[in-house]
Amino acid sequence: MAKTDIPPSVDEHPAVDAVPRISARLFLRRHALTTGTVVIAILMWTIFVTAAPDVFLSSSIYNAFATTTPLWGMMALALTFVVITREMDLSFVSVMALGMVGFTRVFDWTGNVFLAILACLIVGLACGCFNGFLVAILGIPSLVITLGTMFFFRGIEMVLLDGSGVALTGDEFTGLRNALNGQTAGIPNEMVWMVVIGVVLWLVLNRTRFGAHLFVVGDNADSARMMGVRVARVKIAAFGTLGVVAAFSGLVASMQSSYLWPTLGEGSLLLPIAAVFLGGTSVFGGIGTVFGSFLGALMVGSIQAGVISAGMDGFYTQLFFGMVIIISLVLQTLISRRMRH
Amino acid sequence: MDETAPVVMELHNVSKTFGEVQALRDVNFHVRQGEIVGLLGDNGSGKSTMVKMMMGYHQPDPGGEVRFDDEPVRGWSVAKARSLGIETVYQERALADLQSVWRNMFMGREPVNRFGLLDTRRMRREAAALMKGHMGFTSGAVHPDNVVQTMSGGEKQGVAITRALHFHARLVLLDEPTMGLSLSETQKTLDFVRSIKEAGHSAVLIDHNINHVYPVVDRLVVLDRGSIAGEFSPSEITLDELTDRLRTVARTGQMEE
Repeated sequence: MAKTDIPPSVDEHPAVDAVPRISARLFLRRHALTTGTVVIAILMWTIFVTAAPDVFLSSSIYNAFATTTPLWGMMALALTFVVITREMDLSFVSVMALGMVGFTRVFDWTGNVFLAILACLIVGLACGCFNGFLVAILGIPSLVITLGTMFFFRGIEMVLLDGSGVALTGDEFTGLRNALNGQTAGIPNEMVWMVVIGVVLWLVLNRTRFGAHLFVVGDNADSARMMGVRVARVKIAAFGTLGVVAAFSGLVASMQSSYLWPTLGEGSLLLPIAAVFLGGTSVFGGIGTVFGSFLGALMVGSIQAGVISAGMDGFYTQLFFGMVIIISLVLQTLISRRMRH
Repeated sequence: MDETAPVVMELHNVSKTFGEVQALRDVNFHVRQGEIVGLLGDNGSGKSTMVKMMMGYHQPDPGGEVRFDDEPVRGWSVAKARSLGIETVYQERALADLQSVWRNMFMGREPVNRFGLLDTRRMRREAAALMKGHMGFTSGAVHPDNVVQTMSGGEKQGVAITRALHFHARLVLLDEPTMGLSLSETQKTLDFVRSIKEAGHSAVLIDHNINHVYPVVDRLVVLDRGSIAGEFSPSEITLDELTDRLRTVARTGQMEE
């Protein structure tokens, strides 16, 4: 074939169309919230290392930290979606346990671990979508209605379990336990899963239509509706995502302890919420990052582990906790105010 | 105006009731290709309801029909309207304040690549080109990554208008587009309305200020309490006569005493 048949290559994107470059200063300004969170996280870690170098320069504390923080930290990542749409969810701690009821029931019926996992995640999805329906379709304020579903889901679980736990010690679970609670290259798999979920959720939030719609729905639902965004559907999907991740967290936690406690999840409600807000996600919606929530979870987790390991009294945990949260939020407010002017 | 140009959009016997309030009553309305129609009326006359009807935000009550290109449309929604080439420049500007210019420009119809992932590079590049070409932003200070909140009223309006422009709308609905704008920004907006006609497309323009509407439109439609009270061509009526008639309508609900 003659070479002349090939059309000359055309530069499809001439320089005129190029996006103007932004200066480093503008970049920092634009990512001021994330930068602030990173600085606070590093500062905190420095304090811990100075206070107890023996503890914080050995790997054992990081190992312990990496096995416990993801149990609630994964939910912080998914909660970011809900908070970006200007909603809140309090029921995910109960979804953790209810999903596991689905797991144990289906395992009893079929003896198939794979089907049991599927059931667990489907129960989580159903719970999340139910929340989303009540909030987005019926228009009930999410803070109020998910308080209701928190008790409701916990109640169903308690009734179904008859208030007593289920042992998960069978040999059938060995493979699952290795996958969830083993180690990969020396890193506890709990943390590996948290990173995987973080990467997936980051991709969804920043590189899909659904993610783009999460932002505009939380920012200005009326504008979004005017532009043809299906607001209710977006919110239901946000709650549904959190439901699935919560059920998965419940699975990881139960496999770690080889036992399904009927109280699974109780007491870990406030940690993910604190992590999301520490990470710079706005309670007013429209602003938030998965990476911020990830850092927030690491910070909250390290305060817990750090205060004790640094040889301080356990009572200091809450003091430290409160201080970090207040300081971070004050900084965030100041940063956002500056960005507006 | 060419009376033989094909009708782009038509509302046929359209009524809209919200609870006990009848916002629109048996409205018959059409827009021809290349025509600019001005919609006038007092507050509460149903102008905004009519625009929302045309943009797919409201569905007509049973018995009414929305027609596009001489075909009745089924499953009337904003997404459907936008897919037919109807874009709205809304009075509250329908922007998400905390989001960047490019996210706002593509809100609701973000382009994706073959993996279903957002084509953010394309969106930022096209937003930058549009801002330079149509909105006249040349300084580096206004970047497609800028958050809309930091922009002036006119700049925000520019984003909303450029959004309509970008998607080559066949019918642009402008609901109070000059509200809160400076004189020069208002002039720019009215020039934009004229450019729609020059491109052979159509527009419906709502504005409180008849001084803005009168010079740019081909036809004026007056709404009163949910019904169409009258229709004029600016060539048949002077601005003063029009003002008088509108006062009469507001008082009596009739065009002429």
